[in-house]
Amino acid sequence: MPSRIADVVGAANGTNDPHELAAYEADGVRPSAAARPGAPEEAAELVKLAATEKLAVIPTGARTKLGIGMPPARYDLAIDTTRLDRVISYDPGDLTVSVEAGMPLAKLAAALAEHKQFLPLSVPFQERATVGGTLASGVDSPLRQAYGTARDFVLGMEFATGEGALAKSGGRVVKNVSGYDLHKLMLGAIGSLGIITRVNFKTFPMPATTRGWLAGFSSAEDASDFALRIRQSPLAPQTLEILGLRSPAILAAGHLLEKSEWAVAISAAGNGRVMERCAGDLETMARGAATFIALDEQERPALWQRIREFPARIAEESPGAALIRLSVLPTKVAEALRMLQGVAAENGLPGAALARGNGVIYFALLPAKDGAAELPRIAQCAKEIFAAVAKNNGSAMIPWCALKLKREINVWGAPCEDFPLMQRAKQAFDPHNIFAPGRFVGGL
Amino acid sequence: MDPHLLRELEEFLGKHGVLSQPEDLLLYEYDGSVESARPQCIVFPRTAADVVRIVALANCHKIPIVGRGAGTGLSGGALARHGGIIVSFARMNQILEIDIENQRAVVQPGVVNSDLNLAVAAAGFHFAPDPSSQKACTIGGNVSENAGGPHTLAYGVTTNHVLGLEMVMPTGELVRIGRKSADEPGYDLCGLFVGSEGTLALVTEVTVKLTRLPEAVKTLLAIYDRVDGATETVVEITARGITPAACEMLDGWTLRAVEAWVHAGFPLDSAAVLLIEVDGLREAVEQHAEDISEVCRMHGAREVRVARDARERELLWKGRKNAFGAVGRLSPTYYVQDGVIPRTKLPQTLREIERIGKENGFEIGNIFHAGDGNLHPIILFDARDPKQFDRAVSTADAIIRYCIEMGGAITGEHGVGMEKDRLMPLLFSETDLALMRNVRDAFNPEGLLNPGKIFPTGKGCGEVRIRPMPQRGSGNSAASAGKDFA
Repeated sequence: MPSRIADVVGAANGTNDPHELAAYEADGVRPSAAARPGAPEEAAELVKLAATEKLAVIPTGARTKLGIGMPPARYDLAIDTTRLDRVISYDPGDLTVSVEAGMPLAKLAAALAEHKQFLPLSVPFQERATVGGTLASGVDSPLRQAYGTARDFVLGMEFATGEGALAKSGGRVVKNVSGYDLHKLMLGAIGSLGIITRVNFKTFPMPATTRGWLAGFSSAEDASDFALRIRQSPLAPQTLEILGLRSPAILAAGHLLEKSEWAVAISAAGNGRVMERCAGDLETMARGAATFIALDEQERPALWQRIREFPARIAEESPGAALIRLSVLPTKVAEALRMLQGVAAENGLPGAALARGNGVIYFALLPAKDGAAELPRIAQCAKEIFAAVAKNNGSAMIPWCALKLKREINVWGAPCEDFPLMQRAKQAFDPHNIFAPGRFVGGL
Repeated sequence: MDPHLLRELEEFLGKHGVLSQPEDLLLYEYDGSVESARPQCIVFPRTAADVVRIVALANCHKIPIVGRGAGTGLSGGALARHGGIIVSFARMNQILEIDIENQRAVVQPGVVNSDLNLAVAAAGFHFAPDPSSQKACTIGGNVSENAGGPHTLAYGVTTNHVLGLEMVMPTGELVRIGRKSADEPGYDLCGLFVGSEGTLALVTEVTVKLTRLPEAVKTLLAIYDRVDGATETVVEITARGITPAACEMLDGWTLRAVEAWVHAGFPLDSAAVLLIEVDGLREAVEQHAEDISEVCRMHGAREVRVARDARERELLWKGRKNAFGAVGRLSPTYYVQDGVIPRTKLPQTLREIERIGKENGFEIGNIFHAGDGNLHPIILFDARDPKQFDRAVSTADAIIRYCIEMGGAITGEHGVGMEKDRLMPLLFSETDLALMRNVRDAFNPEGLLNPGKIFPTGKGCGEVRIRPMPQRGSGNSAASAGKDFA
């Protein structure tokens, strides 16, 4: 088998050395081989080979988020996309860029910055993550407040399907309804439908000035009310985040907040007059806040970097922690935060909350050490949270947690009523079920 | 039409819920495109349960079903190409919920785009997609076609504003995908179904995002003696990173046609005008308007007018949104194309369109969403002369081929439908199309829902084989031709 892989990618780009393969483990499952294709065609060829040999495949990038999802039922071959790291075309005047999937986000950001442009993908593991891994893992960015998620600025994609066909959808232009938007299915699918090989993006001009503010509150309700008022105002901030419980301390914002347990962090961009307007309006809206401060130009980028990396930090520094992502309506954020606080307290676990203004909440349950002793309580909390969210017509999943917890609870929650449609989509893309079987929603 | 089936339909839809007389069928033979096809009957469900029963009957009788909103589509999406039952959503036109605090609305598919906008305007919100037909077209139609409009430049198209759908699958199940809150775990089925041109499901309820109306709006009219001046302005506005809310261009021919009818104040002796709108915070709008005026003047605008009040602004937009009506006064039949190009290629593309027109003996008018490179060349022809019709179509095809060569696409907002199915192979390889077909068959296995759309079929239902074209431009080297990426 390795010889056939070597035929496709060259001997130097394939391995079956167990030590090297340890780095490709997903939830403790080690593949028997890894291959680094040098072109999208090679990636497709590898999939074809895998389909013939009935090998289960997981596509990988920088391997920062391989733990998302359930443990793979089978995993034989890692297809490592990091050699696919080229800019295919960049038309700054058109604000569009086309890149290979293994391109590191940081490298792409540097190329765009030369033309004062950027991609609003301010995501965890920013310094290491690849374009493909970021899109496949479905991690979101605080900048979604202003720019939406990847589905709003990915223009087209090329990917290798489960039959080893190199297919594409969308295009390079900013407006396009030619054919089905198949690429939207690839976003957040953790590689269960195919291997993303190339991506076309709409880019954005960097704003002239950005500024940040932080308001402290004594309760989740007050913080959430403030965030709601901003959402309904004409200000259109770049980011709008509620931090609470342990988060201000974890994000090293505690000293700015004095004694407030809850805070709202806001950033806005625009010309000088827009900044003045935002500062004035926010200050007025923040009346009743315990503290309201404008962040200086050291604090602002530093705090936003820490907010961006919050999930990464939890995943890396508290291996026993469980990070739960909930999605509720913006008006239900306070209620959800209260519920989370209650569930954590009842089970004697410290919690940290980071809620986006749109109702997406990251909540970390933090055990004392490796979490082995707290595991039953973490599982209990997670179950209660899933049940509470479902009752409130929201959704929840656990992007990061200890492997042991996955034996107690399905990190995706119960499949929704549209699950049969997802199965049909999976069948169309991956009829032999070779992509990461078992990892995605409902075992897809 | 099978009288049994008609009776069965009337049983639960009532006599007034089914049309099958020849004079009725005639009315549903057309939409906004140049195509036509006659259905066997039209049904008017009032509930999702009605739609489920209709689909069940269609499956039983193996008869095609086609969803229809207001029939304003421009690519034949709502036409019964192979006959069958047209499911009109005209009577499912209730706004079910408006939730201003969460910026959401839930509507039935037959709600007219403008009606939703009127319902939320007083609260200071709008549903952002604003196709020119918004006074007639329905949200269900917008969802099917992933409709755009002038303001989608800043606000995005329909798919960016849809969070959830309730749908009846061609296999008969009633399913809900997505929800009012964001980021449901699982595949982004909404992203697939929005814009699937009615080939994957019949939508019975739509959950949309509402967007805050801007605090300030400025509408500018820049007047040019040279078309190139206008197109170069658009290139530079984009390159400078200014995103107007809308940036529309009308060339001299079109603006004269519009002016004769609407009297929007477009100067008759000009070669082109740009209608540019900026919106947002007062402080930002003023600055953007100044910057844009400067760019316009740099590129030879002889005058930049700013609408002084809402009335002037509406008049300018009336000129833009009624342009196709104005063209209709000049010619009984015209063909509006819908190509897309990278915005940097606007100047040469407009010159090429003019050349292609001359070569084929047509004067081609241009009125389009310049800011996102979405062209709408208008070709006037006399439908009574079949040769002229064929030549109009081949002229339009030549324009589309050029768009693709420039790195563009075959349709920006009108859809593929039955108008451009044969052009799909210019953009997509056999592999791409095979996967899209797999996806269609996964949800619409019998092909009973809206057959004959999107995918190329020959006269004998065989595949049309047109080789994908190599693209040039945007730094994509000719060396990668053949395996090139759209």
